[in-house]
Amino acid sequence: MDINKDLVAASSSPLVLAILADEDSYGYAILKRVRELSGGHMQWTDGMLYPVLHRLERLGYIEARWEVPESGRRRKYYRITARGRTQLAEERRQWQAVDATLRGIWSALSLPLPASPLMPLVPLAPLVPRGA
Amino acid sequence: MAAPEPAIRIEAQIAQWRSYLRRRQAIHAVDVEELEDHLRERVSALVDSGLSDDEAFLVAVKRMGDLDTLSREFAREHSERLWKQLVTPGATGEPGAWVRSEAVVAFCLAAIAALAVKAPELFGLRLDEDTGFYARNLSLFVLPFLTGYFVWKRGSNLATRRWMAAFVVAAAFANIYPFSPGGYTEVLTAIHLPIALWLVVGIVYAGGRWSEVGGRMDFIRFSGELFIYYVLIALGGIVLTGFMVAMFQAIGIDTEPFFERWMLPCGALGAVVIASWLVEAKQSVIENMAPVLTRLFTPLFAIVLVAFLATMTWTGRGLDFQRDILIAFDLLLVVVLGLLLYSISARDPRAPPDYFDVMQVVLVISALLADAVALWAIAARISEFGLSPNRVAALGENVILLVNLVWSAVLYVSFLRGREPFAGLERWQTAYLPVYAVWAAIVVIIFPPLFEYI
Repeated sequence: MDINKDLVAASSSPLVLAILADEDSYGYAILKRVRELSGGHMQWTDGMLYPVLHRLERLGYIEARWEVPESGRRRKYYRITARGRTQLAEERRQWQAVDATLRGIWSALSLPLPASPLMPLVPLAPLVPRGA
Repeated sequence: MAAPEPAIRIEAQIAQWRSYLRRRQAIHAVDVEELEDHLRERVSALVDSGLSDDEAFLVAVKRMGDLDTLSREFAREHSERLWKQLVTPGATGEPGAWVRSEAVVAFCLAAIAALAVKAPELFGLRLDEDTGFYARNLSLFVLPFLTGYFVWKRGSNLATRRWMAAFVVAAAFANIYPFSPGGYTEVLTAIHLPIALWLVVGIVYAGGRWSEVGGRMDFIRFSGELFIYYVLIALGGIVLTGFMVAMFQAIGIDTEPFFERWMLPCGALGAVVIASWLVEAKQSVIENMAPVLTRLFTPLFAIVLVAFLATMTWTGRGLDFQRDILIAFDLLLVVVLGLLLYSISARDPRAPPDYFDVMQVVLVISALLADAVALWAIAARISEFGLSPNRVAALGENVILLVNLVWSAVLYVSFLRGREPFAGLERWQTAYLPVYAVWAAIVVIIFPPLFEYI
């Protein structure tokens, strides 16, 4: 099962912010983490992460710095800012509202769930920042 | 043939991928670096999981996504990057030190030019009283410094240094003749000296390339862009002045004397150097404006000229003869020549003829016909008015422009018919450049004594 493009796009900013709230990271590692968390269901085209990161940087939610790790190549690390944490808390509230609404309607309909259910929903739960 | 080392091959592949990315305007060098870091990590992870280098590279590139989509996403996020920015070089990661030192030199030379025009006041020559002196020497207050800028930028050789001597000669001819104040010959000198000296600027501008078509063509492009930038700066200056005068008036201070004695002369001359520097800095960054305007106005001028000729033939009206008609037609030919010149300057000489070339030919031929009518009208009556210096100068210029345009039309028609390459037209125009300067020099050097300094 692959998640629809619009959903991926809509969830990209809370996902990235949440991952960075955990610890500072860089592009490739962020993608790897998304993949692990979603059990491989959230597939981003690698390059598309960077415009998202740059947008969050422009909005002041994250900040970038260049570091030279032992491998020798310069690498761009991102760190969440205080504004970013506020934004993440706000987005978390919104997503929880959407989630609660959907849960409500799923149970009201009491539809039988398809074979590979909830997979994307369950791993997304630990995504929210520990401190928040 | 042994296959190259895998490590070398993958470096070459990454280098190629990087160069594709670099061509995208919306993706800057630092972004390429970030993406490349990503690509490398992806490749090494894939290699670790058992893929060969080549396979790993292909998969990694594929996962990075389609370059067009990627650059569209970058463009959406960094929309300002599609509007080429001029004044903030260095922000994009390019070396800024040279750019900055060039800016410093340009501003210093502009300041020197601005002060140079005030220097004669130390010797009691006032701008509002000795207008003749300032008019004759106007180009000498700025062109030597502009030339100095290009010498600084391109380095000088013996030939360019020799040409610099032309400024000394020009200063001599502008000042030793006993002009009658405000007379015809003085005005002619004031108008023609800058034209003659502009050639010297061109020779220094082109560095060692003045003898080449390409070098001269670059100078033509530079001149057109400089004109446009100068006009834009002047418009900005007018707005600034308007606010300054109005604001100080509100607190009861009259700034007009300051404007007339300092701001206008110093600003007008300094702006020449500043505009030149901007044109130099922008040449590869921003679209040239002159060819854009040419494309817009060539058809419009052609329509007006054809309509004029048609109406004249239809109604049988003769030209209402006025004294200044020759000058008016000179200006018309200058505009037509400019339109021709700047569309040549932007045209790919290898492209086949298209409708725009036909439009050019219509424009040039209709301008020639209109000019022929004017010449015919004036020829009958020139003896009546006598040969004043103005009229001789205007007639000479008309002949020079006419010769240029007639031969241009011939070359253009044979290009349209596929007999001549377009380069012939380019060569003709660039070869003709010295003619204008030589005629201007003749007007400056020979006319005053010939017409007894009237």
